[in-house]
Amino acid sequence: MSQLPTFTSMKAEDGLRKALGMPRPDLIAEISASGLKGRGGAGFPTGVKWNFAAAAKADRKYVVCNADEGEPGTFKDRVILQDHADLVFEGMTIAGKAIGAKEGILFLRGEYTYLKTHLEEALARRREAKLLGKEILGQDFNFDIRIFMGSGAYICGEETALIECLEGFRGEPRNRPPFPVNTGFLDRPTVVNNVETLAWAACILQKGSDWFKSVGTEKSTGIKIFSVSGDCAKPGVYEFPLGITVKDLLQQVGGAGAQAVQMGGASGLCVPASEFGRQIAFEDIPTGGSVIVFGPQRDMLDVLHNFLEFFVDESCGQCTPCRLGNRKLLEGVEMLKAGACSMAYLQELCALGESMQLASKCGLGQSSPNAFLSVMKHFRAEFMGRTHGFVNA
Amino acid sequence: MLMTERDRVAGEIKNLADRLGHNRTALMPILQEVKAKYHRVDSYAMQVIADELGIHPVEVYSTSSFYAFLGDRPQGKFVIRLCRTISCDMEGKNRVARQLENDLGIAFGETTRDGKFTLEWANCMGMCDQGPAMLVNDKVFTKVTPERVHAILEDCRKVFGQHATERKEVHLA
Amino acid sequence: MSTPALQDPARRTPASQHSLGIKPPPAPEAIGGQVTLSIDGQEIKVPLGTTILEAATKMGIHIPTLCHHPDLCVAGVCRVCSVEVEGMRTLQAACAFPVTAPIKVKTHTQKVRTARRHIVDLLLSDHYGECYACRRNNNCELQSLAREHGVDFFRFGHPVKPAHEIDGSSYSVVRDLNKCVLCRRCVRTCIDLQEVGTIEVVGRSDRSHIKPFLDKPLGEVVCINCGQCINRCPTGALHAQDYTDEVWAAIDNPAKHVVIQTAPSPRAAIGECFGLPAGQALTFELNTALRRAGFDRVFDTNFSADLTIMEEGTELLLRLKKALLLREPAAFPQFTSCSPGWVKFLEHFYPEYIPNLSTAKSPQQMFGAVIKTYYAEKHGIDPKDIVTVALMPCSAKKFECNRPEMDSSGFKDVDYGLTTRELAKMIHEAGIDLPRMPKSDFDAPFGTATGSGVIFGATGGVMEAALRTVIELVTGKKVEDLFEHADIKPVRGFEGVRYVELPITEVGPVPEILAHLFPHWAFLKGQTLKLAVAHGTANAKKVMEDIKRGGPMSKCHFIEFMGCPGGCIGGGGQPIPTSPEIREARARAIYAEDSAYAVRKSHENPDIGRIYQEFLKEGPCGHRSHELLHTHYTVRGKYIE
Ligand SMILES: Cc1cc2nc3c(=O)[nH]c(=O)nc-3n(C[C@H](O)[C@H](O)[C@H](O)COP(=O)(O)O)c2cc1C
Ligand code: SF4
Ligand code: SF4
Ligand code: SF4
Ligand code: SF4
Ligand code: FES
Ligand code: FES
Repeated sequence: MSQLPTFTSMKAEDGLRKALGMPRPDLIAEISASGLKGRGGAGFPTGVKWNFAAAAKADRKYVVCNADEGEPGTFKDRVILQDHADLVFEGMTIAGKAIGAKEGILFLRGEYTYLKTHLEEALARRREAKLLGKEILGQDFNFDIRIFMGSGAYICGEETALIECLEGFRGEPRNRPPFPVNTGFLDRPTVVNNVETLAWAACILQKGSDWFKSVGTEKSTGIKIFSVSGDCAKPGVYEFPLGITVKDLLQQVGGAGAQAVQMGGASGLCVPASEFGRQIAFEDIPTGGSVIVFGPQRDMLDVLHNFLEFFVDESCGQCTPCRLGNRKLLEGVEMLKAGACSMAYLQELCALGESMQLASKCGLGQSSPNAFLSVMKHFRAEFMGRTHGFVNA
Repeated sequence: MLMTERDRVAGEIKNLADRLGHNRTALMPILQEVKAKYHRVDSYAMQVIADELGIHPVEVYSTSSFYAFLGDRPQGKFVIRLCRTISCDMEGKNRVARQLENDLGIAFGETTRDGKFTLEWANCMGMCDQGPAMLVNDKVFTKVTPERVHAILEDCRKVFGQHATERKEVHLA
Repeated sequence: MSTPALQDPARRTPASQHSLGIKPPPAPEAIGGQVTLSIDGQEIKVPLGTTILEAATKMGIHIPTLCHHPDLCVAGVCRVCSVEVEGMRTLQAACAFPVTAPIKVKTHTQKVRTARRHIVDLLLSDHYGECYACRRNNNCELQSLAREHGVDFFRFGHPVKPAHEIDGSSYSVVRDLNKCVLCRRCVRTCIDLQEVGTIEVVGRSDRSHIKPFLDKPLGEVVCINCGQCINRCPTGALHAQDYTDEVWAAIDNPAKHVVIQTAPSPRAAIGECFGLPAGQALTFELNTALRRAGFDRVFDTNFSADLTIMEEGTELLLRLKKALLLREPAAFPQFTSCSPGWVKFLEHFYPEYIPNLSTAKSPQQMFGAVIKTYYAEKHGIDPKDIVTVALMPCSAKKFECNRPEMDSSGFKDVDYGLTTRELAKMIHEAGIDLPRMPKSDFDAPFGTATGSGVIFGATGGVMEAALRTVIELVTGKKVEDLFEHADIKPVRGFEGVRYVELPITEVGPVPEILAHLFPHWAFLKGQTLKLAVAHGTANAKKVMEDIKRGGPMSKCHFIEFMGCPGGCIGGGGQPIPTSPEIREARARAIYAEDSAYAVRKSHENPDIGRIYQEFLKEGPCGHRSHELLHTHYTVRGKYIE
């Protein structure tokens, strides 16, 4: 795909060959030096994560590729898996070498079942080429990858929920600590990385950390793949260096004139036009790559309604703030739409949103109020007194 | 269920467990395979699965009820899942939804009486740049319009006539 | 000391995964290493891996909890225990946060207070019920939380009508999902502690609810009625079937002769319902209270416990005779049958072992049968006018007395099983201040009981009682010669499974009461009795699986099984709350009562001698005994339609 020049220029195999020739600490040091941060949304430094898992002592370790891509507005992992599956598998193999794992698992969301055959074929080709399996490239290193299908649960993208699902449980996030790098799949050290993170890891091994660092900001190095949808002329998958401003991004995708942009999917931030000068980078607006553009014709209350329906449906339901809090926020939006929400109650709901951010067990409940809070902050004036739900009995 | 059919299901589950392991890590793949083949995982199958994996039937029930693609409700041969999330919503998923209901004569969450179609909502399925998106079993349809809905359903009906049971052989245009 | 199964690891490691080589994490003390943390400015040194909650409790700092329970593994789902840890962006669940670094914790900052208040507000917005019309009024953790957090209005609303129907299909447990807070304590109890697996969380998100398999009524699925889930439910969502109205009606009916038998463990625990600390038995105060409440006679279940020992002990000796003397096949090990929860567990999960179950009825049912025959005859009362009530620690007893086969007296042997909690309620209702009642004795003709009957209430008690009798009957020697003060300590304690060997080096003459059954004891000489004790059905499962594999447990002669953790003192009808400490205190009360008895062995109970003489005639396991005191079981299996 021409939109992904840096990926297409890569030749899978080169990175792996180099990695296998390196001692483990050097390999991880190379990743650390690149400043690569998790592309799944949380932005955790990948080198640090691998280091933890490498240091953990256990009879077995696992590498898991998180292809549960469920964040509304995100589809770049699908494209990467379609067009660059080899890079992803290579990244997994490199991670396996780095931490001392023999088994890799690709957790593929059920909605992407149609990709499975294609991916199985890619795996078979790699085994054939001695890039997977026993004694990879003739070296004393065994590693193989299997595909595990999800079954329709957004929360399984959260790494500990994903592991629960792998183990055959309800996809409910675990208490942390302990973290997966120490106690993951079957209680063994497990590295969970996003599809894109792993693909970049393969690229970095091939081209070196300096090449990767040459773009981006100091704290957010490299290029990020964006999924752009909504009210713009050219929706699709894009590569932009991190640090790009919202305004520049909109320019490129034909989204000028937007009233707001949702960065990072439903659980991300709603950025109003007045803040389009902000940078997309872990130090400013962090993102998993989802960009949803809202043109001036959109009613932000409808948008919020849609997001909250999503969270109410997808919350795993184990912890109180998220299970019941999202329901209350959704009811609040319905009340606003019906003109039946007092300012005092709206303030209660905003305070509730803050409590949810603080007290929820996992990232879903901690971030689901983001949209509500940012919309209420920036667009509140639009909703007040819009309709009249008061009935004089 | 007939006794013989029960035995067949039990035998198949046993084989699956032999292949995938007699422990809980095999639960999801077993549920997925049984569901794909029989369009539901009924009470008996859940108890056999529990037995094979050494867990309680209620745990199988509980786990499968968590996942949108599993659960114990019987489903049609074609499960149609329309994305209702934001980008598809903005691209007009509501009209597609209404047309689906009109064409099938059922509401979302229901299955047609002939057992052919089940209509369900889905959350974002990773096709946001080409919405409205819709899955028919494993196959994805993008930029679905109310006009295209009828043609898609007709194609399913045709395929259904030829391969009444084997979902794996379904190829849609 | 407490049961290993009760000290579950911080993270749940289900039995189904042990095959994958997953070991529960070691106890914090075992890792070694200490860490100093500060909570609200005070410092404390704790073993690495101690949770914030445990550390705070040690310091006397109260952190509210809801989903946490001392018997269960950590869930971390309610988030009521949220605290602030310096340097962390979000609040942390104190119950689920193991301390591994010198952190600084604050337990009541503005953020924490607001979040907790919001959590309670949210729970109440999804909680249909009025406290004054609720079983758990004044003993409810949600109610306490609301009070502690100053809830004075329903910030996020309050349901005005129920969303769920109440499930009253079980003889023992009532489910009212309208009051459920989804703490999952019942789920962890039923799956981890009891290994029955009746209920689980079903559905996702705010559609998730606690349900039995396929959302069937509880009465139609595999449930052993142990009531352990009730004991650990923080709210009124799970409670026991209540028969107090029926019992009051019988008391109010002058034509009815209402007798009550009281079991030892409720007597050791009922004080807790009257504000006393755990571990104070109110046996004789209770006698007075019951008479004042209107019961016509108050009997001691210990009497029938002694009868059970005679019958079950004889049955064991008969099996030994069959195997060793007659060289015929006999079902070993013999399993005790006095715990109805355990009996139903076996009927469901190991029906092929029904022949191993002692056919002796439980003391409750034996007593019922004896009252409606022997006692009725002796006192010239028409058994149809007798209402027998049993005060039991147990919710499964409610199911047991309704088993269709329990009618050997020609009537329903036991009419109503009352739990400790129900009886406490009746006594409260009658305005009786139980702890301040004068003491009084049990009624004749079952007035004397022995210490052996008392200890039935604690795990290992039936075994100890049986041994006291069997040893003396077989060897002709005093138990005191073998065990100091006749305390058979090896079978006591709270370890999940205990195993004891008892060599029989010499035998004595066959006592008269057994002379018609045994020519001599020579076949027992030189034998070693192998015995085991298990409590809580998760432990029972371990033993049964070992037997199936042909492991050491399969070589046992006699195994005592109790359905509930700790035995009857931890029964599903006992006062709430429960914890290892509370159960230990209750057990201490029971063993203290045992020591205080003049007669401590079942066969020395003069009333027992009398009933065999006057009524049962042919001695233990004779024809009449078999008719009245023994029963049969039902193959249930675990598959349901
Ligand atoms: C609710 C929720 C959903 C998530 N979904 C995804 C996802 O679909 N894909 C993904 O890679 N990471 C997802 N994550 C982040 C993962 O938990 C985890 O941080 C990530 O897989 C780590 O990989 P990385 O370091 O390479 O980004 C999600 C997190 C949360 C809290
Ligand atoms: S925050 Fe939501 S998704 Fe996360 S554990 Fe709690 S209920 Fe589940
Ligand atoms: S469960 Fe507790 S809070 Fe609810 S009505 Fe009963 S006593 Fe009140
Ligand atoms: S009574 Fe016992 S077996 Fe039944 S649900 Fe409760 S804990 Fe489980
Ligand atoms: S029934 Fe009781 S113990 Fe079970 S989850 Fe609900 S409140 Fe908790
Ligand atoms: S919003 Fe419909 S596919 Fe993403
Ligand atoms: S008590 Fe800690 S989360 Fe519930």
